[in-house]
Amino acid sequence: MEKPAAIIKAKNLTKEYGTLKAVNGVNFEIEPGTCFGFLGPNGAGKTTVMRMIYCVTPLTSGLLNVNGWNVMENMSAVKRGIGVVTQDDSLDYDLNVINNLLVYARYYDLTREQAVRRSNELIEFFQLEEKRNVNVRTLSGGMKRRLQIARALINKPSILILDEPSTGLDPQARHHVWAKCHELIDQGVTLLLTTHYMDEAEQLCDQIAVMDRGKIITEASPWDLIKSEVSPYVVEIRGEKQARQKILAAVSDQIDFHESLSDRLLLYTPDATPLHTHIQDMNIPVKTLLSRRSSLEDVFLKLTGRELID
Amino acid sequence: MRIKAPKVRVMAALRVWQRNATVYKRTWKLNILPNFFEPFLYLLGMGLGLGAYITEMEGIPYINFIAPGLLISSIMWGATLETTYNVFVKMNFDRIYDGILSTPINPKDLALGELLWGATRGTIYGGAFLSILFIFGMGLHWGILFIFPLIFIIGFMFATIGLLFTSVIKEIELFNYFFTLFLTPLFLFSGIFFPMSELPQAVQIIAWFTPLYHGVELSRGIFNQVWNVGLLEHLAWIIVVTIINTNVVLRSIHKRLYN
Repeated sequence: MEKPAAIIKAKNLTKEYGTLKAVNGVNFEIEPGTCFGFLGPNGAGKTTVMRMIYCVTPLTSGLLNVNGWNVMENMSAVKRGIGVVTQDDSLDYDLNVINNLLVYARYYDLTREQAVRRSNELIEFFQLEEKRNVNVRTLSGGMKRRLQIARALINKPSILILDEPSTGLDPQARHHVWAKCHELIDQGVTLLLTTHYMDEAEQLCDQIAVMDRGKIITEASPWDLIKSEVSPYVVEIRGEKQARQKILAAVSDQIDFHESLSDRLLLYTPDATPLHTHIQDMNIPVKTLLSRRSSLEDVFLKLTGRELID
Repeated sequence: MRIKAPKVRVMAALRVWQRNATVYKRTWKLNILPNFFEPFLYLLGMGLGLGAYITEMEGIPYINFIAPGLLISSIMWGATLETTYNVFVKMNFDRIYDGILSTPINPKDLALGELLWGATRGTIYGGAFLSILFIFGMGLHWGILFIFPLIFIIGFMFATIGLLFTSVIKEIELFNYFFTLFLTPLFLFSGIFFPMSELPQAVQIIAWFTPLYHGVELSRGIFNQVWNVGLLEHLAWIIVVTIINTNVVLRSIHKRLYN
């Protein structure tokens, strides 16, 4: 079957601020009805890519088409088809919950009747009925985020952009947001999100682009990324450096590759059980020895480095 | 990549105006009262207090001399407060513009909406002031009808001046300079309290280049029904400056918010 035409298409997308290349020649295509994630450390250029898609940042060079429109030539047409949830909440603090939706509907030229109907639907969908007439300032973090997503959906966009949708939320609120995202994907909305939470990317994304220093360093489905970049299992060892070195020397022929960090040793392997048993049998004293499935986090850290990024 | 910024659209600007009106509707009863007290206090303090010593200025009672100018200065304060502090907070602290600009509203639409709203606030200030003047028995003649469009135009002009300043500053503290070093001198040296002809020639020339002076002269002409060609010159000055400044400020806001 032929692939459906891309809903968002970027060719050589570049954004420079002075000498800084925030986004450096990025290419990607997003299929309609899927969830596409940009993963990367702070300052990787994820947010800048999002901002260029919803037309608040101009391109320095390259080409970017959204819903068939060039973002540099048809700003309003592009924005009409997109809902945006920004990283810092941009709710209208001078208005209550329902008016945040009704006033937003006016920016899209919805009629009063349409605006009221749509606002009521969204308030119900995001379970904000009790907060209808409440000042936005008094909402909890989770409710604010829900209201922001509700507001972004007021014009029934074909694309929803979520810039770090669950940053700062408690676990319940995060799962609620994810559940709603799944419902939206089922309704055919194309989701575009940035995150640095691996579990979020694994939960939601069909396709992931890992960004670092303005470039996409790899792009694949979450499972393919794990398969191609790391081995399926990791054995983690904490303990004395000497002990770790001894173990590594003894098992080096049984592993795909290893990572030696300041406090622990990571051994990547296709099958954890025999390796784990082998190490136990060596009787070298270590603080902890554990086996786990490798995750997107391992991929991410391997690709973007483990040093701290400010 | 240089692409021309999209043209400003009045309908989109009105959406932003509507947003501000929705917010104002909630608090207008609290907001509007001081607008009535202010002229009352000015007229009482300056007109009656100072007026006891200066009974006449250029052949008219002192209170009638200062009232038309004070009306225009109240529009100036109202419109600039709106497009300075209020816009700055919406733009930088409350992030309200981030929300608005991710909808089909573009930066220039947003800027025009704020200008129209600033002019509206100026008109509310001016309208309240004017109603007090009527109560004092001033300006009760048909010629006063000209003052109504003038109030809005003056409000719009000062909205563009305030917004231009806001579009280039990064720190809210800098507004102190705008108000103390720009608006306050305008207030004192634009012929509201004494005729410009009493000042040195050089000051008169400088005054010609400042916005409040022309508004004051126009307003005084209308109130005292002194119809002459000079009034048209003042009006032309205001209209030309407003048109030029509107274009400059729309570009400046576009540059600030689209980067």
